[in-house]
Amino acid sequence: MWDFQFTYEAMPDLLSGILTTIQLTLIGYSIALVLGLLVAVVRRTPIIGGIVHFVMEFIRTTPLIIQVVFVFLMTPADISAFTVGVVVLGVHYAAYTAEVYRSGIEGVAKGQWEAARALSLSTGRTWGAIVLPQAIRKVIPALGNYLISMFKDTPLLFAIGVTELLTQAQRVGSESFRVVEAYTLVGFLFLAVSVPSAIIIRRLEKRYAAV
Amino acid sequence: MPPSDTHDNDRPQGVGGEDLIVFDQVVKRFGDLTVLDHLDFSVSPGERVTLIGPSGSGKTTILRLVMTLEKVTEGMIWIGGKPFSHMPRGSGFTPASESYLRSRRKSIGMVFQQFNLFPNMSVRKNIIEAPVNVLGTPKEEANAHAEELLDLVGLGDKIDAHPTQLSGGQQQRVAIARALAMRPEILLLDEVTSALDPELVAGVLDVLREVAETTDITMLCVTHEMSFARDVSHRVLMFDKGRIAEEGHPDQMFNDPRHERTQAFLKSVLENGN
Repeated sequence: MWDFQFTYEAMPDLLSGILTTIQLTLIGYSIALVLGLLVAVVRRTPIIGGIVHFVMEFIRTTPLIIQVVFVFLMTPADISAFTVGVVVLGVHYAAYTAEVYRSGIEGVAKGQWEAARALSLSTGRTWGAIVLPQAIRKVIPALGNYLISMFKDTPLLFAIGVTELLTQAQRVGSESFRVVEAYTLVGFLFLAVSVPSAIIIRRLEKRYAAV
Repeated sequence: MPPSDTHDNDRPQGVGGEDLIVFDQVVKRFGDLTVLDHLDFSVSPGERVTLIGPSGSGKTTILRLVMTLEKVTEGMIWIGGKPFSHMPRGSGFTPASESYLRSRRKSIGMVFQQFNLFPNMSVRKNIIEAPVNVLGTPKEEANAHAEELLDLVGLGDKIDAHPTQLSGGQQQRVAIARALAMRPEILLLDEVTSALDPELVAGVLDVLREVAETTDITMLCVTHEMSFARDVSHRVLMFDKGRIAEEGHPDQMFNDPRHERTQAFLKSVLENGN
């Protein structure tokens, strides 16, 4: 039988867990958005671009959980698991968002670059005012999907002891032996965040797909 | 305006008689393909030159070289008496650096076949972007100039529209205003009506006729609109296989072409209904 008393008592811990999960996602996603954009732009330069490309390929072809554990073990103990987790998550996803940005940048017509050059616009202005606004607009839906994807990957940080939702559930579940309730609640809490996010992203998609 | 009584190969002489644009033995190759083959020609200040010839004869490449969208393979381009494709170094020349090109090309404007307006900006922003950010023109002044230019091209009421809301002809007229907003000395027109529906061509050409009449901007124009070429140009250059096959005053070129390539080309253009 479902234990409602347990549900009631476990809720505060689980809610604090999902709060951590949301924080991880938002900070990690911000890192991924900014770093990925930087990578996408730098990748177009000759030598450094090649190196960056290699590193990003490496990140994309190795499992996230191994990166998390590896970096956690390699960093000094005074850096918290949360910080390590959020940075690794952000950098890992930057490898993906960089690809998304790249496709957006390549989708900007050659004539736009030529018009910017014909008007003598600086490189910074060409990127900032002409190319990136057009490129990013096109890839907003694709970027949005990675937000949900990242959110669903946060339980991996369980492996290094970040007290996110799964860690909390495991703790309260094993203390009270109500494992079914604990993990079911985890599922529902994930749903409660994912579904509204997916709806918002689908709206964004509709809004920007038209252009 | 240069004198209008020029004929045949006598080029109108501009101020001081100094050539504004000089191509000196220019070669342009794309891989194995030679597009321009040791080309020599020059353009005087204020002169309007039309480049005609079959596609692939290198006309557009000339405009793209002047706009620095391409680099010369061999030879040199001079603009305003100073090296343009190259810059002085020691006793010789070295290919121009990006920053050298940036400082030199501000006085050159280009209108493209595909308009190339910035779709993420309003008409106003399209026009004031470069004057404000490149020339450092105060925003109010740039805005006033933009309004003036839009009136010139007959689109005064479209200043807050977005390019996607405009017809092709309207977009091209905005593109002309955008190029003029930089107050260029040289205006390059690359088949500016080729992408337009036939009924929209006249409006764009009228605007360019007006620009030709009211300014002394040097114009280099690639077009298949022969009546327009006849109206505005001082000189017509017929290109064939990367070289100038024939050049002359438009009256002579269109009424009495001497070179058989020119005759054949004009015949084919006229038969296509242009």
